[in-house]
This record gives sequence, structure tokens and C-alpha cells, in this order.
Amino acid sequence: MSLWTYSESPSLALELLGRGRGLAEKMGVELAAIVLGRGVDARAEELAYYGASKVYVVDHANLASFTAEPYASALAALARRHRPDAILIGATKRGNEVAARLAAKLDVGCVTNCTSVDVDPDTKLLLFSRLAYGGSAISTQRCKVKPQVATVPSRTFEKASKTERRAEVVKEVVEVEEPKVRVLDFKKRELRGARLEEADVVVVAGRGFKRREDVAMLEELAQLLGGVVGYTRPLAYDLKWADRWVGMSGVVVKPRLYVGVGVSGAIQHVAGIRDSKVIVAVNRDPDAPIFKVADYGIVGDLYAVIPELVKRLRERAK
Amino acid sequence: MPKVCVCVKYSLDVSEVRVDPSTRQPVTVGVKRKVSDFDKNAVEEAVRLKERLGWTVTALTYGPDEAKSALREALAMGADEAVLVSDPGYAQSDTLVTSLFLAEAIKRVGPFNLILLGEASIDGYTYQVGPRLAERLGMPQVTHVRRLEVKDGEVVAERDLEDGYELVSVKMPVVVTVTKEINEPRYPKLMDIMKASRKPIKTLTAADLGIPEGKRGAAGSGIEVLKALAPEMKRREQIIKGKEPADAAAELIELLVKEGVVR
Repeated sequence: MSLWTYSESPSLALELLGRGRGLAEKMGVELAAIVLGRGVDARAEELAYYGASKVYVVDHANLASFTAEPYASALAALARRHRPDAILIGATKRGNEVAARLAAKLDVGCVTNCTSVDVDPDTKLLLFSRLAYGGSAISTQRCKVKPQVATVPSRTFEKASKTERRAEVVKEVVEVEEPKVRVLDFKKRELRGARLEEADVVVVAGRGFKRREDVAMLEELAQLLGGVVGYTRPLAYDLKWADRWVGMSGVVVKPRLYVGVGVSGAIQHVAGIRDSKVIVAVNRDPDAPIFKVADYGIVGDLYAVIPELVKRLRERAK
Repeated sequence: MPKVCVCVKYSLDVSEVRVDPSTRQPVTVGVKRKVSDFDKNAVEEAVRLKERLGWTVTALTYGPDEAKSALREALAMGADEAVLVSDPGYAQSDTLVTSLFLAEAIKRVGPFNLILLGEASIDGYTYQVGPRLAERLGMPQVTHVRRLEVKDGEVVAERDLEDGYELVSVKMPVVVTVTKEINEPRYPKLMDIMKASRKPIKTLTAADLGIPEGKRGAAGSGIEVLKALAPEMKRREQIIKGKEPADAAAELIELLVKEGVVR
């Protein structure tokens, strides 16, 4: 009887353990962390101090680089051996593809990109919430068969804090599929400031911008607010001003402060900003849907309002 | 000639889904459907293989009878043949059931060298059908692809991941899911649309595929949806209107300072 957590991302692994503790208690089961890879003893040892009772480690040559087939097969082999009640996986793109392949191997359901996870007090089964209908609704779902498999994105849960108590580290020998996909190269994304997913403040440019060079004023605004600039899909995808966008189909953000400038507030965009703590909008159109989901806003021309905001913030910074 | 199968979903056009304010339930009745955006990119990529290298393109969908219009669109874009997998339990199917129907159909219509589909659908966004399909077909998977090359029985693909771009190669057959960035789907010409409307569409049912009752629709699904409600957005909606930009900016900053998000 156990709840498992797994993520290849070290910070997300801690977030899953953070929430996993409480969930495992409510379920009345043991909490375990899974570590997969090659030469991962140190990582397993590190993870042993974050509230889990067990850390299962599969250290295998076929796991040297991350590809879905061997990783899903290692998880499936472990799950068949120990029969966990549930497996929570970090919802990175890699995590999602492994979770789906794992669920297919085990012939069970899978709920990806959960916005929250709880326990049904009667059945002790997990209740998963996720966005549905392209973001216009939140649906609550349950797995019918164990193990219950789900994925949760970063910044959904608080990280577990380090404890004195050390989990039992269990080295597991299982069959791991040969990797079929060869990784030839990896080009890191060039970044100015934090990654959108992790930024504390996100300032987004929308269709209200007439020219690409005009976004420079948002760069300044973002800098003054301690954040980064993002784009809506029409700007990034249709006009090619950036290679990624904020929204359900792009990057989902959860900053402390979101500022949408010239952003109308289409459903797919709003679904990607919904969990921001404070939402601010600047738009010329008083009927823009973004104002319905905003905490604060200004109805006005962004070309007049943004320079004023920048000026005042600059004065404050002095 | 090599063959590519492109899976398309006849998705809800989510921009048209409204919420009933009294029940907070999304209203999907009467909402029109369309080919899911990313699947259109998959069709485009498949048709380019046909144009460049002479591949044969089969379009496949799992859905209600109306999903034929998604196949017509794929045919108009250049697909050679189209297959509808039809089942009354379609609307209650999760990714476990969907991937089963698609995989069984592919086994019967194939073999294929390449299976292409969008990285996700615009209504469900589960990102699951590609990987599940790959597992069921015993093929490797390459997801989130924004650049694809095919040569000597191999695909070389660039994947769009959170922290960068990963270049991979893999022997075919393989399942590849594509992003919106990979290409610009063509608009079919009127002539092609008319021709597509006359092409035959093959229909397969659960019985044809040997999928028993218990593995279809809600019964076969691995998850149950307990409820779906529009999120309650408790936002302040304090909107400053009709003020000079300078005054509005000053007022907004004051509000944000009070809120503790601006120092």
C-alpha cells in the first residue's frame, strides 16, 4: 500500500513529495519516491530526507539518457512488482509522455496536468482536478483501476522540506527496455531572465501591439517589476515574434503578478494564466474579456499607459 | 512506397463553448467541431512527405459519423485515403479507449512506416494519445516535434521541450507528435474540396476491430469524470476607466503596492 512520486526534475520531485506526504496520510498508505537513471546514488540519497518512507532506485545503463521507452518500462516493472495504489509524476513534457506510456503498459487510466489532487474520504481514492474543454471548465476525475496514474505541473504544490529522518533506499533490479530513440544534440533555450514557467512576474504582450519593436517598453516594465516578458499566441505563432507563448496550448504560468498588455483574454490564454495570484490588464477595449478575470486594470491606450507606468516605477526605484 | 498514417481528432471548437451561469456547466450542445489545430499540422506534414517523397497518406479518425467532415478536410489537403472508426461510445471514451480503437484500426489498415498526430487536442489537452498509441503498436515515440526529416528508414526530429530543443533520431516505424510550429497547414483549393467530397471513406466499427463491449466507451475507460464546472474566478475586477493615462498609472501602482506585488 503506497503512493509513489517521480519526476526527472529535482525541484518538481520535491514538490510531489511535499503534497504526497499529506495525501499518503489521508489514504493511509506509505509514501515513496522513485529515482531512475544512470549513476544516481547521490540523487537517491539526497531525496531520502524529504518525507518519503522509501526511495526505490533503478540504476541502469538503458536509462543513461532520458527517452520514454526505457523510462516507462522501468516504472512499469517496478509497479508490477510492488503494486502501488497511485503514481504521481511531474508534468513536464517528458513526464507526461512517460506517464501516458506507463499507463498504456499497465492498461490503466491517466490524468495529465492536474491542477489539484485530493483524497476521497470514503473510498480513499485520489480525486484529480484538471482543465477541460480547452480551459473553460475544471473537471474532477477519478481512476477506476489501480495504480492511479496522474501528472502534476511545477508550482502546483509546495516543496517538501528537508527532515532528519532518512528513508530506506531500496535498489531495484528490473528489466529495462533498450532505448530506441537516440539523442543527438540538445540546444538550450536562450533566456533573458527567468523561465516563463518559474517567473515571479510575467508581463504579456498581446495583439494591441502594432510593431515588434514596441515590445521594448514591456521589457522595461518587466524589468522594473522583476519579471519577464511573454507573448500571446497570435504574436508568437502567427507573427513569429517569439518561439513560445503563454496559454493553454503553450506555457501555463503561475506568477505572483501577471500583467496583460493589449491582451484580449481568449479562453485558451486565460486558461494559461488562471492560477496567477494577481491579474492586471491594460486594454483599450472596455469589453475585453480579460477585464472579467482581472483583479486590476486600466481601460486605455497601452501606448500612453505603459510609458506612464514605466516612468512612475522608475521614480519609485530611485 | 512508404505509408504514413495521420490521426485527426474532430474536436470541439472550444472558443465556442459557453458556460451556463446558473449551473456553471459548460454548454457543448450545438457547439461546432473542427479538426484539432495540431492535427492539421500533422496532416500538412504527411502531405509534404507525399509531395516530396511519394509517400501514401492515410487519414484516420475515431469519432461519430460527423467526424467524416474532418476526414474530408484531410483528403482535401492531400490525403489519399480516409478511415473512420466509429463507435457510439465515442463521447465517453478516455485516452485508453481512444488509443485502443486507433491502434486496432492501424493494425488492420497498415502497416505504416510512420504515424503522425498532433501533440495534443484543442479540447482535451491530455498529451496522451500519441504515447499510448506508440505503446500499443510496440513502436517508439517522438513527441513535441517542431522539425521532421525522413531518410534511409529513419526519422530525425527536433523536439520542443521546456528548457530547449532536443535533436533525436530513430528507426521507423515510429509514432511522432507535432507542434503547431512545425509548419503552416495549407488551405485546400475549392477544386480539391470538391474532389475530396467524392472520395470514399472506409468505416470500421468496434465489431470489425474485435473490440468487446467492456472495452468501449465509458465501460472501457480508465477514468471517470465526476463533474466539470467552470472555475469560479473570484477576482476583484477593479478597473480604472476614463482617466488620463498618468492618473490611471499612478492609481494602478498604488493598488499594486497595497496588494504587496509592487515594492
